[in-house]
Amino acid sequence: MSAGPDNARVVTLTVNGERVSRRVAARAHLVDFLRDTLDLTGTHVGCEHGVCGACTVRVDGMAVRGCLMLAVQADGAVVETVEGLTDRGAIADLQEAFLARNALQCGFCTPGMLITIAELLEREAAPSRAAIREAISGNYCRCTGYQAIVDAVERTLAARAGRAT
Amino acid sequence: MSEPALSFLDRPNSYIGRSVPRPNARRLVQGRGAYVDDLRLPRMAHVAFLRSPRAHARIVRIDTAAAKAAPGVVAVVTGEDLAGICKPWVAVLSHFKGLRSPPQHPLAIGWLRWAGEPFCAVVAASRAEAEDAVALIDAELEPLPVAVDMEAALAPGATVIHPELGDNLAFERTLDVGDVDAAFRTAAAVVEQTFHVGRHTGVTLEPRALVAEWNPGEEKLTIHHSFQAPHMMQDIVCKHLGLPEASVRVVCGDVGGSFGIKVHIYPDEMATVALAKLLARPVKFVADRLESFVSDIHARDHRVKGRMAVDAAGAILGIEIDDLTGIGPYSVYPRTSAVEANQVVNLVGGPYRHANYRARARVVFQNKTPMCQYRAVGHPIAVMVTEGLVDLAAAAIGMDPAELRRRNVIADDAHPSTAASGIRFEKLSHQRSLEKLLAMMDYDALRREQAALRARGIHRGIGLAAFIEITNPSAAFYGVGGARISSQDGCTLRLNPQGGVVAAIGVTEQGQGTEAVIAQVVATAVGVPLSDVRVVTGDTDATPYGGGTWACRAAGIGGEAAWQSGKALRRNILEAAAVMLQTNAASLDVRDGSIVDADSGAERMKLSEFGRVAYFRPDTLPAGLAPELVVTRHYVPKDYPFAFTNGVQASYVEVDTDTGFVTLIKHWCVEDCGTVINPQLVDEQIRGGIVQGIGAALFEECRYDGQGQMLNGNMADYLVPMAAEMPDIDVAHVVTPTASSEIGAKGAGEAGTAGAPAAVINAINDALRPLGARVDSQPAGPQAILRALGKV
Ligand code: FES
Ligand code: FES
Repeated sequence: MSAGPDNARVVTLTVNGERVSRRVAARAHLVDFLRDTLDLTGTHVGCEHGVCGACTVRVDGMAVRGCLMLAVQADGAVVETVEGLTDRGAIADLQEAFLARNALQCGFCTPGMLITIAELLEREAAPSRAAIREAISGNYCRCTGYQAIVDAVERTLAARAGRAT
Repeated sequence: MSEPALSFLDRPNSYIGRSVPRPNARRLVQGRGAYVDDLRLPRMAHVAFLRSPRAHARIVRIDTAAAKAAPGVVAVVTGEDLAGICKPWVAVLSHFKGLRSPPQHPLAIGWLRWAGEPFCAVVAASRAEAEDAVALIDAELEPLPVAVDMEAALAPGATVIHPELGDNLAFERTLDVGDVDAAFRTAAAVVEQTFHVGRHTGVTLEPRALVAEWNPGEEKLTIHHSFQAPHMMQDIVCKHLGLPEASVRVVCGDVGGSFGIKVHIYPDEMATVALAKLLARPVKFVADRLESFVSDIHARDHRVKGRMAVDAAGAILGIEIDDLTGIGPYSVYPRTSAVEANQVVNLVGGPYRHANYRARARVVFQNKTPMCQYRAVGHPIAVMVTEGLVDLAAAAIGMDPAELRRRNVIADDAHPSTAASGIRFEKLSHQRSLEKLLAMMDYDALRREQAALRARGIHRGIGLAAFIEITNPSAAFYGVGGARISSQDGCTLRLNPQGGVVAAIGVTEQGQGTEAVIAQVVATAVGVPLSDVRVVTGDTDATPYGGGTWACRAAGIGGEAAWQSGKALRRNILEAAAVMLQTNAASLDVRDGSIVDADSGAERMKLSEFGRVAYFRPDTLPAGLAPELVVTRHYVPKDYPFAFTNGVQASYVEVDTDTGFVTLIKHWCVEDCGTVINPQLVDEQIRGGIVQGIGAALFEECRYDGQGQMLNGNMADYLVPMAAEMPDIDVAHVVTPTASSEIGAKGAGEAGTAGAPAAVINAINDALRPLGARVDSQPAGPQAILRALGKV
C-alpha cells in the first residue's frame, strides 16, 4: 500500500478470482469500491450504516458488510461478490430454489441474502426454520416477508442432503 | 369468423392459474439487475442536497461561495436558480372539494417548512464531493415557531404554516347517512374507543433514485427513474419544465421496492431533472438512507375516535368516526394527501351491513415530512378502527368475536350492494372467506388451547380482521379530479418471424411479478410457449400509454389489456393462416407455437414458418393478404369505479406480561382477488403485505420531538420486520371473478397490509383482556403493552 494525493492508496486484492490493483480514496468503503471502481453492481447499498445487509460480500471466506469496511482494509484480501459466486456455480442450486419458490420480489436484497445464506449452508447441514430465520435476520427484505426465502433455503438443504446420501 | 376458444379456461395449454417462475427474475439472483444506481453515463455528475435542519424557518441569507470553490464541484444552486426552469406545483384535486395546498418548488424559496426539506443543491463529479461541498454552504436561518402535533395545529393560536391560507386545515369531509343518533339511542350496547395509527414510512430497500439527462442536440430529456408510473412522470415533467411529450422519455428499469413510495413527485427529484436541463449533462440522484427517512413520503398518522352501536343479538346498528390526520406542510403532488383520510371515511364498516354511519375526517398541515399514499392507503386504519370496535362490541354483549362477525358480514348472495358510505360492491365473499379461515386455523381448537394455557399463566390471544380492498381503480380515483394519471392501459403485441411474441405494456414491474403475469396471459391468449413471450415495461418511448402499477391494478387492468390484445393477434394470425392453408380460420387454432387443426390438434404449420412467410416472402401470399402481426388493445374498467376485493385475517400471539414482548405464533389470511393468474405470486404478495402490516402494528414509527425533529431517522432506530420475529403465514383463496373483464382478476398487492395490523392488535388485546388492559395505538411495542398493564 502506498500513499498518494487526496489520501488515496493503491490496494491490491483478489476479487472474484481476479487480481486487481487500484488507487482508492482512503475514505472509500469496500462496497463503493466494488460498485464504482470495479463496476460490480450486483452488490447493493441499502443503508450505508451496517444494518440492512444489502451490501454483504465475502472477504476471506466470511460474509462481511461492504459498507462497514474500507476498501483499503481489503488490501491483500480475497473478496467474492454475487457475480463471482454465480460464475463459479457455487450457489446455482440456491439460486434455482429462489426462482422456483419466488423468494425474491424486487431483488434488491437478494445478492446480500444469497451471500449470507451461502455461508449458512457451508456451516450447517440441517438448520431448523427458526435457525434459518435467525441466520438471515441481519438481511432486511422489505418485499417478501421472508417465508419464501426460508422455504427456498430448506429446499436447497434437502436437495443437498439427498445428493450427499 | 367464430372464436376457436373464448375463455382462458378453455384454452389448451393455459398458463393462467399456474405458479410458473418469473422469467425476469433470473438476472436478479445473479446480480445482473439494472437499478438506477447501477447506471453509468458519459459525463455523469452527482447531486447532493442541503436540507433544512429545522422544522420551520425563514431563509435569511445563503452564501455558496465556498461550496462553489470546492474540489469537483460543477454547480451550486438555490431555489431561485431553478425557479425559472421548473414551475411550482399545487397538489389539489377538484373532487376533493375545499382541499388546499400552496405552491411547492423543487428547492424551497424563502421559507423552510419541514426538517429535511431541500433548499440548495450541489452537483459535483462524485457524490462524496457533492456532500463535502454541501457542508460548505453557509445558510443563515431564522427559526420560527412550529406546528407539529396535529391536534395542536388546529387549536386557536397555533402557528399557521401558510399564513395566506388562514389556518392549518387542508381538507375536511363529513358524511351522515341514516339516523345515527337513533341507532345509538336504541342500542343494547355502545362501545367507544380512540385509535392511533403512528406515522411510518416505506423504507424501500433501494432508496429513491433517478438519473436525468438532457441532450440539447436532440431536444430530449431522458429520465431513468426508480418509479412506478413512468407516463405520469413524463406528463408532469413536460408540464413543469415546459417541454412537449416527444422531448421527454422516462425509463423505469429494475425498481428495488416501491409500495407507493415511488409514485409521487418529490422536490429533490424534480430539482435533479431541472439541473440536468440546466447543465446539459447527466445528473444522478440517489437518496442516502438518512435523507430517505426525512424526504420519502410518510404515511398514516391518524387519530380516530370511533363508536359502534349493537343490539342484543349482535347486529351492528350504527358507526360513527372522527378521523384526524397530519400531512406535513404540503399536500403531495399529484395524488394529494387527502386520499388516505377520504379512504378511511369510505372504508370504515366496509365488510358489514349497517345503515347508519356518520364520519368526519380532517386533514391538517404540520411541520413534519409530507405524508401521502403508501401501500393499502387508508385501509389499515379503517380496518383497525372497525375491527377494534367489533371486538369491543362482542365483549360488551358477551359474544364470541367470530360469531359477531358471522352475524354481520354482508351476505355472499346480497350483491351487488352499496355500503353505508356509498361505495359499491359487485360481488364479495365474506361468508365463505370467514368460514374458510375459521376452518383453516381450527378456531375452536385454538380457543381451547388458549384457555388451557391461560390456566397456566400463559397469555395468548386470537385476533380476527375482516377487510375489503380497493383494486382496479377507474378514472374515479384521480382522473375525475383533474390529475393526468392514466386509469386505462394498453398492451401492444408483435409476432416476430421466429414465432415469439413481444408484449409492450403500460403497467410496470417492481418485483410483484407483473411481467410474469402479463407473459402468462399473452402466452395463453396467443397460444405460444411462455418462454417465447418477452415483456417490455417501464419505458414511455416503447410501451402504450398507461398508468403504471399502483392501487393493485397491474394484473386486473394490464392483464385484461394483454388478454384482449392476445386474442386479437391470434385472430389475425389465423385469418392469414387460413388463406395460406386454404381453409377457414374457425377450423384452426394456435397452440404451443404452432397453427393446428382446432378439432384434432394436428399441426398444420409452425408459427416460425408462418412468420418466415409473412415477413420474408410476402410475395408468395395472395394479393390483398397483408397480415397485421402487431396489435394493440386497451382496457379500462367502466362499470364500477373500483373492483373491491375482500378477505379476512387471523393472528395468534403470545404476550409476555413481564417484558411486554409479543411473539407472533401464526398468521392466516383468506382473500378473494377473483381469478388468480399465478397463485404463488399472489400468495407472496399477500405474505409480503402482511409482514409490512405487522411492521406497522408492532415496530414501525417515525418518532418526532416537539420541535418537529425526527428522532429515529436511520435504519438502526427505525425498526422494520426482520426474519426471526416473523411467523409463518398460511394463505388461502376464495375465487369470485369480476364480471367487468373477461379474465376476472382483481388486485392482491395490498390486502395483506390492509388487514394485518388489526388482526395483530386484536390478538394482543384478546391476550390482555382478562388482565383488564388494552392497547389502541400502533405500533404496540413492549413499552405500550407494559404501560397498558400498569407496569411502567
Ligand atoms: S448498506 Fe451495508 S448494511 Fe445496509
Ligand atoms: S425482494 Fe425486495 S427487498 Fe427483498
